[in-house]
Amino acid sequence: MEHSDLLVDWSRAQFALTALYHWLFVPLTLGLTFIIAIMETIYVKTGDEKWKTITKYWMGLLAINFAIGLATGIIMEFEFGTNWSNYSWIVGDIFGAPLAIEGLMAFFMESTFFAVMFFGWDKVSKKMHLTSTWLVAIGSNLSALWILLANGWMQHPVGMHFNPDTARNEMQDFSAIFFNPTGVSKFLHTISSGYVLASLFVIGISAWYLLKKREIQFARRSILVAASFGLITSLFMLTTGDEAAHQVALTQPMKLAAMEGLYKGEERAGIVAIGLLDTSKEIGDTLEPFVFSFEIPSALSFLGYHNFNAFVPGIDDLVYGNKKHNIMSVSEKMTQGKIALHALKLYKEYKKQNNMPQAAEALKLFEAHEKYMGYGYLKNAKDAVPSVALSFYSFHTMVGLGTWFILLFILVLYFTMINEMHNKKWLLYLSLFTIPLGYVAQECGWITAEAGRQPWAIQDLLPVGMATSNVATTSVMITFWLFAILFTGLLIAEVKIMLKQIKIGPEEH
Amino acid sequence: MNITLLDLQTYWWLLVSVIGALFVFMTFVQGGQTLLYTLGRTEDERDLLINSLGRKWELTFTTLVMFGGALFAAFPLFYAVSFGGAYFVWMAILFCFIIQAVAYEYRKKPDNLYGEKFYERLLYINGSLGIFLIGVALATLFSGGNFIVNSMHYSMWTKPTYGLEALANPFNVAFGLMLVFLSRVQAALYFFNSVNEASIIKRVKNVVKINFLLFLPLFLYVVAVILFSDGLIYDPVTKVVSVESMKFLHLFLDLPFLLVLFLIGVLTLLYGVYKALFKNSQKAIFLTSFGTVLTVTIVLFILGVHNSVFYPSLVDIQSSLTIQNSSGSFYTLSVMSVVSLLVPVVLAYVFVVWRAMDAKKITIDEIKSDPHHY
Repeated sequence: MEHSDLLVDWSRAQFALTALYHWLFVPLTLGLTFIIAIMETIYVKTGDEKWKTITKYWMGLLAINFAIGLATGIIMEFEFGTNWSNYSWIVGDIFGAPLAIEGLMAFFMESTFFAVMFFGWDKVSKKMHLTSTWLVAIGSNLSALWILLANGWMQHPVGMHFNPDTARNEMQDFSAIFFNPTGVSKFLHTISSGYVLASLFVIGISAWYLLKKREIQFARRSILVAASFGLITSLFMLTTGDEAAHQVALTQPMKLAAMEGLYKGEERAGIVAIGLLDTSKEIGDTLEPFVFSFEIPSALSFLGYHNFNAFVPGIDDLVYGNKKHNIMSVSEKMTQGKIALHALKLYKEYKKQNNMPQAAEALKLFEAHEKYMGYGYLKNAKDAVPSVALSFYSFHTMVGLGTWFILLFILVLYFTMINEMHNKKWLLYLSLFTIPLGYVAQECGWITAEAGRQPWAIQDLLPVGMATSNVATTSVMITFWLFAILFTGLLIAEVKIMLKQIKIGPEEH
Repeated sequence: MNITLLDLQTYWWLLVSVIGALFVFMTFVQGGQTLLYTLGRTEDERDLLINSLGRKWELTFTTLVMFGGALFAAFPLFYAVSFGGAYFVWMAILFCFIIQAVAYEYRKKPDNLYGEKFYERLLYINGSLGIFLIGVALATLFSGGNFIVNSMHYSMWTKPTYGLEALANPFNVAFGLMLVFLSRVQAALYFFNSVNEASIIKRVKNVVKINFLLFLPLFLYVVAVILFSDGLIYDPVTKVVSVESMKFLHLFLDLPFLLVLFLIGVLTLLYGVYKALFKNSQKAIFLTSFGTVLTVTIVLFILGVHNSVFYPSLVDIQSSLTIQNSSGSFYTLSVMSVVSLLVPVVLAYVFVVWRAMDAKKITIDEIKSDPHHY
């Protein structure tokens, strides 16, 4: 059942809207819970009440963020059903399990110990309280584990087979899904980016206090914890990001080509460090893709394949095929996919008529072409190419900002160590203004991951056009605007409350 | 012993039923949100009520998410058909829960943009409309939905109201209202046990009485409709669905142990209310909660046994969903069954933490002395 493009666009828009909103709050929770747990550990170890004040202050900000994270999160789970119901059936047998495990393993841990963390200061022992704080941190990161494994599976589906009788994919190997390299590297890269964002958040707000010459000791101690945590985790983020890119090269070459604006594949391919795309460039023409660009030679070959001489296929190679490098064209895949879909239909019909020999014949034909079944749904070979501009700019913004964060952590840590941080106004301002950049980098990361794999809901298996629910487009438009209004309204309230709490500061808190 | 696919499907339907029942029990939080002004006359009293609920609301929220997650994993076709079809009902439910999640934290915060009253209204909407709509959605498991499922398992809703048409069925409406009043009875009993403030306590009983008297006739009507109206049944061999009169009455007579459990549940609930009203028992909440969980578990569970249909289609009865035609594969259900061994672990630590946190009743003084209160 093919859906109108408009319905698909609105369904995607709604998912993008809710996911991007949700992601404004998740990374801070992922990281700040650990920073708080570290601070509370110092408090319990030293018995210094000042550390308790510091812990409680950041906990207060966490609570404000956590509430809206929950609010925007509940919709994500149910949206797979409401707006992607065909998807829910076709891959629900694999995708549902991590979601359920996430709820059971992680959400209960988070919500149960969250109550202890906030209201249990005088109700449970110091040790029990500290344990609860750590469990909230672990719980929130565990929930990220399961949902990111699920996402990793969509990017690189493994551990299942297509059952023609039920017309869906069924799980065959749970450990393959759990240890899916795409899922694991995605998880590690995402949580480490959350740690980095939380560190930027703590440093930035503390810098504001230092600029205002308030809460000096509080701010210095907070910065010390956050800058150490941030520097370590940002280096971890760098290595996991490298691994994530390597996985993209292996499993989603089209995404990599779009991320780099690479049309003509080449050996010793370079990375465009800075570039401006030529908007008139079309797939298959001879125009140069960039108006101007600054390239680091051979870096892409190395990043993608860990080999400076490796061939990196470009968009044109992937669309039109490349015999020399053994790349099949999209139209050939589409032909094969259409044969598979037709054979599947025949199989179902023969089976209904109880014509078993013919059904077996059709099944054989189906299995021979099954690999490209997803391509059978595409109308045009160029539909297999994601938006190059979106992928390129979001990827490069993320990488550029990530590099800046590492530099910032080094500077902040250095000047804190030599006890000069509070005198370096320029660095305090830079720290403050880097907070929003942290959020920009986060959102860019998801745009790269999700826009870059279009048109696929499940890589090579299920295009988004086949995945949506059969609802009227106007229904989705209505809910889209309701979400937009509600989430924006809540976001403004959240930011106002947060700013007020920051102004009030830790002493009176 | 060989475990069959049907065993796993039945096990998972039981788990879904239990999680659904635990959620209904936990909706005392929502019931409480609708009683803020009935039970709390001063700001301090309302703060006390909110803080008493505020330590529990996330568990209710999580249980709802878990209910959805378990359905998705174990019965993905239901997830696809109902969520993608009864679109507006589920979306309305979700909006009611989105607004709850911020309300506790933001209500008392300075500079919260919309004011304290606004967030209290959000809590009220969540507690009333949210629970009512969940009741309506659960009721459609008996009364059915307007959907077709084709041989590729693509589903389609046939009404342009996308689920809102369920509101025209008195059974669905009664079911929804029944849950609202039940949640309010439960909330009042919860406050009775956990709040230490004489002025609130003396108002509790009246609330229990009124809401119970509203609940009871709705409950009897709902049970009567379930027992005495036509139900759908499928042939275990041919999978053909047909109509059977008084389907669930026959089910209870054929499986008397379910009837006994159901009656134990109902009687425990009634006994709990009696203890609270006439014996002044503050522990009545434990009886009513046990009764609620048992009763709701059985009510949901009967949809998945004895060849029952758990989601009838009103337009094409052969499209109706059963635990057999809508479930995950044998492999997936097995893996998840292993994971489900964690359920008792989770229940155990929730119980331990809950006890530690609730060892002492909550008072107005305690809240005033805690800068982190809601």
